[in-house]
Amino acid sequence: MSAPLLRVEGLKTWFDTPKGIVKSVDGVDLDVGRGEILGLVGESGSGKSVTGFSLIGLVDKPGRVVEGRIDFKGEDLRTASPARLRSLRGDRIAMIFQDPMMTLNPVLRIGTQMIETVQAHRKVSRAEARARSVEALGKVGIPHPAERIDAYPHEFSGGMRQRVAIAIALLHEPDLIIADEPTTALDVTIQSQILAQVQKLAAEMGLGLIWISHDLGVVAALAQRVAVMYAGRIVERGTIDEVLDAPQHPYTAGLIGSTPMANERGKPLRQIPGSAPPALGRPSGCPFRPRCARATEICQTEPPETLTGQHGWRCFHPLQTPTEVRA
Amino acid sequence: MTVFIFRRLIQAVIVLLATSVIVFLGVFAIGDPLEILLPGDATAAERAQVAASLNLDAPLPMQYLTFLGSALTGDFGNSFVFNRPALSVIFERLPATLELTTTALVLSLVIGLPLGLWAGTKPQTLVDESVMTGSILGFSLPNFWQGMMLVMIFSVWLGWLPSTGRGETGTILGIRTSFATWDGFTHLILPATNLALAQIALVIRMTRTGVQETMPLDFVKFARARGLSEGRILFVHVFKTILIPIVTVIGVEFGSLIAFAVVTETIFAWPGVGKLIIDSINALDRPVVVAYILVIVAMFIAINFLVDLLYSLLDPRIRGRA
Ligand SMILES: Nc1ncnc2c1ncn2[C@@H]1O[C@H](COP(=O)(O)OP(=O)(O)O)[C@@H](O)[C@H]1O
Ligand code: SF4
Ligand SMILES: [Mg+2]
Repeated sequence: MSAPLLRVEGLKTWFDTPKGIVKSVDGVDLDVGRGEILGLVGESGSGKSVTGFSLIGLVDKPGRVVEGRIDFKGEDLRTASPARLRSLRGDRIAMIFQDPMMTLNPVLRIGTQMIETVQAHRKVSRAEARARSVEALGKVGIPHPAERIDAYPHEFSGGMRQRVAIAIALLHEPDLIIADEPTTALDVTIQSQILAQVQKLAAEMGLGLIWISHDLGVVAALAQRVAVMYAGRIVERGTIDEVLDAPQHPYTAGLIGSTPMANERGKPLRQIPGSAPPALGRPSGCPFRPRCARATEICQTEPPETLTGQHGWRCFHPLQTPTEVRA
Repeated sequence: MTVFIFRRLIQAVIVLLATSVIVFLGVFAIGDPLEILLPGDATAAERAQVAASLNLDAPLPMQYLTFLGSALTGDFGNSFVFNRPALSVIFERLPATLELTTTALVLSLVIGLPLGLWAGTKPQTLVDESVMTGSILGFSLPNFWQGMMLVMIFSVWLGWLPSTGRGETGTILGIRTSFATWDGFTHLILPATNLALAQIALVIRMTRTGVQETMPLDFVKFARARGLSEGRILFVHVFKTILIPIVTVIGVEFGSLIAFAVVTETIFAWPGVGKLIIDSINALDRPVVVAYILVIVAMFIAINFLVDLLYSLLDPRIRGRA
């Protein structure tokens, strides 16, 4: 494989709160190639959003990236200046957020918000910036973009608003888009329409896409590769086929067992017993230990990553065969 | 929109009518103007004659209806003291008061907004703490005492600024104003500052709170993710958002500025309606008192109406419904 677009190694983002240090992201490795969709899945609170914000230097206050490398097209973003990060954001790396009701400023026309995004990165006239915005709105399937551009966010439905957010992300044809649960707040039909559209656009434009979701089903339908996150760490990663057909980490297996997959109707779903560890006071060693049926003495130490090809996992007692998962 | 304006007009008429009744009864409670207008040794015949000439001998409801009838034609009766139409006495003095209050309002925005934005973007820093402490002073000093101190410091000790009167006025665009001459301008500084201090404090606090509540919102983070500069985020995205509550409060406060102008005008002998109303109450000059209060109430209604219009202009979510 050629040098990836983005390679993250050992990323740690901690929040220094009055109650103690919250290690939201505690050693994350990821890579995304051009034209590739990487799904980042995990339960709520596992650190997916904080990972996404860490990449573009937008971690909220008491938080800070304490360790790691964020290699984007050969440049280490962790050491990049704030000005450099600002010029990359929205231009080379775009982000889409979860709640389309909240991400657009309600008192500004969407045209204003699009034009300012164009002009933040290019010295172009208003008319030119507007033409570009209209074009982007058309691309994501907004009807009558030339008129709709003058509307305010509240004049769009939730699904249309998320399309506007996607259009904004596409304005500068970025190399990488980080989409943080962009369809979670939408109903299923609209969700699948948007997924299809995003898949098509990503392929057409050859951009790298990190699709964050708590829903393994969505990721399985969309992504080529997947990284499974648990308690601030990537516990398993690989191609969709590798990970779904032969999961090695007990948490991944549990996640598959509790996800309704389109092609496996009628199978009973099983919840993973126990609940995710609190952000403060996670167990030492493997964080999944309290919920894991396979745990032994050795799991009290941190499991290293085992890599075979692209398929990697952090577990001392991996599941060897696909059959074992379904047993 | 037309329905909205029409409804507001009807409301305005009802409020004015109610106020006129209350005020009319109120001035009766203050005292009998005959006691002041007539010399102590006036005969009963003289009393009756003056009372009849001022329509003070009719029963109260009749007096009110007579008053209402002529008030509708713009006639509030003659001032007992000036012996001229009460309304024209008020309108003569009103520009001085409006000049004072508008200047104070502009001061409070020009000083309060930037300080509030500054403090709001730097919470829990020295800047924030100093601005906040300063604004507490602005709130807690009694207006009267604060005015005396301003006079003491800037007129008596330093001798920089005059402390009484309006000074020389001139005309700009057909409006008589103190801004036309240097003398007038220096006369305006102290009273306007005195009136503005509490408003500045209010604007600072509202702006700061607004900034601090808006900054953590998702759309600000999304604006950053789009690569916008912090300046654009603060001055366009955050400012436009907080302007909505600020305009509302400022509108209401403009009314209270006019009310507080009474104190300031008294301290600085500013020849506006505030000073006039105090003098008129002392002289039991009923027509002026009644006309004054109705004019002020009408202004309140007009300001509120303007605020509602501005509000719907600023907030697109409301504009659709108005
Ligand atoms: N501003 C913050 N202060 C303290 N802790 C935070 C903050 N933001 C996120 N966290 C913590 O980081 C953890 C991961 O959060 P997040 O990345 O949002 O999870 P996810 O997106 O996977 O649901 C959570 O446990 C949360 O408590
Ligand atoms: S390392 Fe041990 S505790 Fe952790 S998942 Fe593997 S078997 Fe379970
Ligand atoms: Mg999240």
